Amino acid sequence: MSGGADEIIPAAESAAIRFVEVSKSFGERGRRHRVLDRVSFSVPKGKTTVIAGGSGQGKSVILKLILGLLKPDSGQVLVGDRDIVTMGYRALQEVRMLFGVLFQGAALFDSLTVFENIALPLRERTKFTDQEIRQRVAATLEQLELTGHEEKFPAQLSGGMKKRVGLARALQLDPKIVLFDEPTTGLDPVMTREIYELFTRTQRRLGYTAVIVSHDIPQVFTLADQIILLNKGELDVFTDASRIPYSTKPNIREFARQVMGQVADRE
Amino acid sequence: MGIFLYFSLLGLCKHPFRFKELLKQIGFIGTGSITVIFFTALSAGMVLGLQGYYSLHKFGAEGMLGSAVSLTLIMELGPVLTALMVAGRAGSAMCAEIGIMRISEQIDALECMAIDPFRYFISPKFLAALISVPLLTAIFDVVGIFGGYLAGVKLMGVNGGAFFAGMEQSVTNHDLRLGVIKSFVFALLLVWICTGRGYFVQKIRGAGFGAESVSTVTTQAVVMSSIAVLVFDYLLTAVLL
Ligand SMILES: Nc1ncnc2c1ncn2[C@@H]1O[C@H](COP(=O)(O)OP(=O)(O)O)[C@@H](O)[C@H]1O
Ligand SMILES: [Mg+2]
Repeated sequence: MSGGADEIIPAAESAAIRFVEVSKSFGERGRRHRVLDRVSFSVPKGKTTVIAGGSGQGKSVILKLILGLLKPDSGQVLVGDRDIVTMGYRALQEVRMLFGVLFQGAALFDSLTVFENIALPLRERTKFTDQEIRQRVAATLEQLELTGHEEKFPAQLSGGMKKRVGLARALQLDPKIVLFDEPTTGLDPVMTREIYELFTRTQRRLGYTAVIVSHDIPQVFTLADQIILLNKGELDVFTDASRIPYSTKPNIREFARQVMGQVADRE
Repeated sequence: MGIFLYFSLLGLCKHPFRFKELLKQIGFIGTGSITVIFFTALSAGMVLGLQGYYSLHKFGAEGMLGSAVSLTLIMELGPVLTALMVAGRAGSAMCAEIGIMRISEQIDALECMAIDPFRYFISPKFLAALISVPLLTAIFDVVGIFGGYLAGVKLMGVNGGAFFAGMEQSVTNHDLRLGVIKSFVFALLLVWICTGRGYFVQKIRGAGFGAESVSTVTTQAVVMSSIAVLVFDYLLTAVLL
């Protein structure tokens, strides 16, 4: 993949997710804090999109908008070709069935064991027998090097293990779209690489569309077919990391100077 | 909060109903509260016995003790004290649990798996409270009357036959019904307020953030449900007596 910042918006039919002029602010009237300021982008089907940006710039907010957990102040959020903002609860649940989600804090059910956490989507949403569920969960646990920890509770796990359990849970239902919020934060470099490898493998096998929020700049860029950078409400989209310093948006150039400057030095 | 109640009740009708969760919650709200209810009821009953004896003795009407104790317990103290105890013990726990699930994104995670959080764990709490609280109230009444009997008959020497005869004559079906209605209404109020406060922990102004917000909201939930129980106690008594 190569190309400039100008040919990035793919044709509508190949987009899994599209944001159209989306704005979102938080806070009381008077001192509202604008997190997203009329941003538009699309996530191409079957590809990997990486969202990067400083802490508190609204990366998690974008994921929650995609899931309909937050409503934008204005603009459209399209999944497939349906606007999820105006959608009813039942239709929204149907759309959510497409997603596998890893939350930033992993969001494991803390009264359930590791095994039960991973088995939950299978138990609730499929007709698998107990036997089949046990086999599937065991297979995922092995892939993620979690074998032997089945009976532990989330509170007994390290941060990295929680992330991996969350990852395992997110992939159980063979999602069409996966949203990973900082999947490797808190993991050591070896585990980080393994997560990324696992991730490439499963994507090749399942062909899902991926949206990954990550701080691993520039490591994560190797995974990316498309990069979305976010700074101070502005957003820019790239298909090639080397184009980032040449963004037309001043806030993005500023971010690039802060972070990518070091990248350029290293390369 | 109205919509919350609607979804909670709707969640009871959705399939598949989580029967195991219901049993677990009945175990927690109901079985777990029995000891507390037992001692509260015994003390309340004994106090009633002593107080009643003291007042009635002045008029030479100790024979009325049985009816005084049992009516007070069945119509007022039983439902009210049971509800207050359950609010303090189980309501606070429910509120904190749901609040923590909310702030740690566990509820969001459920919704993302297209699992209805109401069906999954809120509605079973509602039903468990509606089943447990009236039964606990019944236990309260029985133990309380026994306490009254201990204090009045065994300690103060009122005639035991008269105690129970007075009770039998004065307690009508209407009184029992009032007690039962009250306990259902109180159960609904407390589980609604406690689960709802937890569920909306992030939407409540001035509650702060994180762990602090959960603790603030839990305190609020217990205070609010206690006040609601007392206010509705008055209203129901005024309307139904
Ligand atoms: N539910 C919320 N209520 C109020 N402010 C929020 C909420 N969620 C996020 N924010 C604010 O939005 C901004 C972006 O948050 P977030 O998307 O979590 O950042 P990050 O890019 O680190 O994931 C932050 O300033 C945060 O304070
Ligand atoms: Mg975040």
